[in-house]
Amino acid sequence: MSRNFKFRIWRGDAKGGDFKETQVEVNEGEVVLDVIHRVQATQMSDLAVRWNCKAGKCGSCSMEINGKPRLACMTRMSTFEEGETVTVTPLRAFPVIRDLVTDVSFNYKKAMEVPAFEPPADLKPGEYRMEQVDVERSQEFRKCIECFLCQDTCHVIRDHEENKESFAGPRFFIRMAELDMHPLDQIKNRKEMAQEQHGLGMCNITKCCTEVCPEHIKITDNAIIPMKERVVDVKYDPIRWLGSKIRKREGI
Amino acid sequence: MSENRFKYDVLVIGAGGAGLRAAVEAREAGLSVAIICKSLFGKAHTVMAEGGAAAAMGNVNSNDGWKVHFRDTMRGGKFLNNWRMAELHAKESPDRIWELESWGALFDRTKEGKISQRNFGGHEYPRLAHVGDRTGLELIRTMQQRIVAMQQKDKKEFGDAEKYIKVFAELTITDILKDGGRVSGAYGYWRESGNEVLFESSAVVLATGGIGKSFKITSNSWEGTGDGHALALKAGGRLVDMEFVQFHPTGMVWPPSVRGILVTESVRGDGGVLTNSEGRRFMFDYIPEVFKDKYADNEAEADRWYNDQNNNRRPPELLPRDEVARAINAEVKAGRGSPHGGVFLDVSKRLPAEEIKRRLPSMWHQFKELADVDITKEPMEVGPTCHYVMGGVKVDPDTAAAVGVEGLFAAGEVAGGMHGSNRLGGNSLSDLLVFGRRAGAGAAAYVKALDKKPAVTENEIARAKKRMNTPFENVGGENPYSLHQELQTVTQDLVGIIRNELELKDAIKKLISIRERVSKVKAEGGRAFNPGFHLALDLENMLLVSESIALSALERKESRGGHTRDDYPKMDSDWRQYNHLTKWNGSGVDVEREEAIPLPAELLELFEMDELKKYFTEKELAKGGK
Repeated sequence: MSRNFKFRIWRGDAKGGDFKETQVEVNEGEVVLDVIHRVQATQMSDLAVRWNCKAGKCGSCSMEINGKPRLACMTRMSTFEEGETVTVTPLRAFPVIRDLVTDVSFNYKKAMEVPAFEPPADLKPGEYRMEQVDVERSQEFRKCIECFLCQDTCHVIRDHEENKESFAGPRFFIRMAELDMHPLDQIKNRKEMAQEQHGLGMCNITKCCTEVCPEHIKITDNAIIPMKERVVDVKYDPIRWLGSKIRKREGI
Repeated sequence: MSENRFKYDVLVIGAGGAGLRAAVEAREAGLSVAIICKSLFGKAHTVMAEGGAAAAMGNVNSNDGWKVHFRDTMRGGKFLNNWRMAELHAKESPDRIWELESWGALFDRTKEGKISQRNFGGHEYPRLAHVGDRTGLELIRTMQQRIVAMQQKDKKEFGDAEKYIKVFAELTITDILKDGGRVSGAYGYWRESGNEVLFESSAVVLATGGIGKSFKITSNSWEGTGDGHALALKAGGRLVDMEFVQFHPTGMVWPPSVRGILVTESVRGDGGVLTNSEGRRFMFDYIPEVFKDKYADNEAEADRWYNDQNNNRRPPELLPRDEVARAINAEVKAGRGSPHGGVFLDVSKRLPAEEIKRRLPSMWHQFKELADVDITKEPMEVGPTCHYVMGGVKVDPDTAAAVGVEGLFAAGEVAGGMHGSNRLGGNSLSDLLVFGRRAGAGAAAYVKALDKKPAVTENEIARAKKRMNTPFENVGGENPYSLHQELQTVTQDLVGIIRNELELKDAIKKLISIRERVSKVKAEGGRAFNPGFHLALDLENMLLVSESIALSALERKESRGGHTRDDYPKMDSDWRQYNHLTKWNGSGVDVEREEAIPLPAELLELFEMDELKKYFTEKELAKGGK
């Protein structure tokens, strides 16, 4: 049942690198990560690759497969034709460390810039009451496995290093949306922060992030667009603007 | 090569649930904390936990409470559990779950808006707090974000987010350093550069998780190499009851590349049934005597239980994991297995498709994408997979302090005792929280009480350095990948789910020869992000664990929980009196027997005498637990 494929694997480090080509035998049911592991065990024992769960749950084995940001553990070899060349490269939006491993610390830095959940002062642990329907919107965003494929594909930063400083990226827009929609979070101006401090306005809704999300989170439709719309409402509607100055408004 | 040096009050090795919870606690006690992740921050194996966290909050059935949870845990572990750990765990789990909500966790809800709780194997009432079937992800993300919140607070107050709590991602610790009998720090390397790192720290919390990578078929990722088990042994600690390894009954069996990946027990908790190739719901044939009063012996009653738990016994698919794993193993051996050597697990006929996708989203996703199976329409094929080790570092229950080494603490899967001979599903996530917190508090109290900090000596550094350099100096040594496969084959085939004396002795002999070769393994290439080098160092840990399991398994001449001997197929109450302790002897490990601590009268009284008779000797019962 095994089939033969040509693999082109990018090998190198921050100073530069090149493709190494190799022929591999692929068995039924295998994914790209299986092939990379076989190459590692038999031909290139020092081939650097990140992986953990091998079941699409941890978001470690992010790379670009034939130019598309993918999880290697969820990319089945059966989706390629026999004889096809499979090209594997590191994520393009982040600096290469070695081979298929990139420096994703940008994302951890951005995570630090999003203010944490602020619990209600008058509720003790155990006293929280929330309806299922009210937590579901935020739960969709909490499915995120932090594979950073959305960050990698986002053209605001993909080839624009200069935008990284002022742009948090789709992963953190859903984090902000998650907290914004959390029924008990006490910070009430998260949308405005997203717009003013995290570069929400730079996103022009091409939905590339939604397309690559392995968790099928509707990043654009359910997080980015609703935040953009409401931020516009508040900013440009004079009565709402006045209202927001007079008292803290909830759920806008 | 000179090394980076860092100084912290408390060093936490491992960034899964237990490690992060320990770090939070130690920081809250006012100390500086370093968190070591072998992977990136937020990727630890806790993310793989699916079903939920067991805590007797009583949100779904108000009859639940800590005493019921304690009883279930002891029954699941066949009464070999460290009773004090089981008691603390049952009492403290609800508080640990509730505090996660105040850190931003969003569990599924009941109609009253409380945290919803689901049924699971061995738990008398719906008890598992959950988020669909991705509860572990919720847990780890919540604590990851809690750490970030603490760093944000420190930044505001001190101008530096990492002043008192810092995450060291992709770093592996290879040695615990000591000053006399006390911990003085730890030594390791950055995976990225291969550069060496020295931590000076008077307290070290081991939270390194499991050992699955010693076996061929496992639900564990590459990280589960028993690092903490090995570090504790070499530092002078003891491992307790290493023979008890949990084979989760339902791992994927096909395609081969995903063999072993977990299929959550929630599938059964939510109505999934197990059938063999003849279509028979075979679990009814495997209800052990000790559980006959709690489990239905006919399909009609089992099916009624899902809607009326007060008047029906539970379906036998929800027996503790060891029972179900053995039953599946027996069906396959008898020739009644599925095409790829498992059995069928079917939820498609029990719930509407939309409900399956809502309750089990990641299972639906996993089977659809990896096996081309639509679980809303067809059955899954499943079989046992090495999932969890009940054995681990022997600790003081209240402080999580490792017995035998001052300044060393352990929590989570790396610690032993809590689960006895078999862990109930859902008890791991709550274990991480309860004992993670206790380890953080224990380490903090220890550091604060020290009058003089132990010092890192040059001798200790030299010892650690030497070990790290060996794989590069081994000219003509073996490839670590192939030796790892050989080790996995020995443990899988000879120390696996069903054991006997002949095979265990054979395994021990083979492990001795592998030991000689492990020390000569060769790493090709350079130091920077070199998985071959990493594996070369992890191999010895996996070997130590395998030896500990095989030797303990040979000693225990009975079958109990996660240890099944076909030459001693019965549980024997005399053996409940003993734990096995594994010790490092300078070149390998020795196993010795220790008397188990008897249950105090007030806990013994929680059980019916009829039930106790199944586990305890006449003599013990006559003494009334004294």
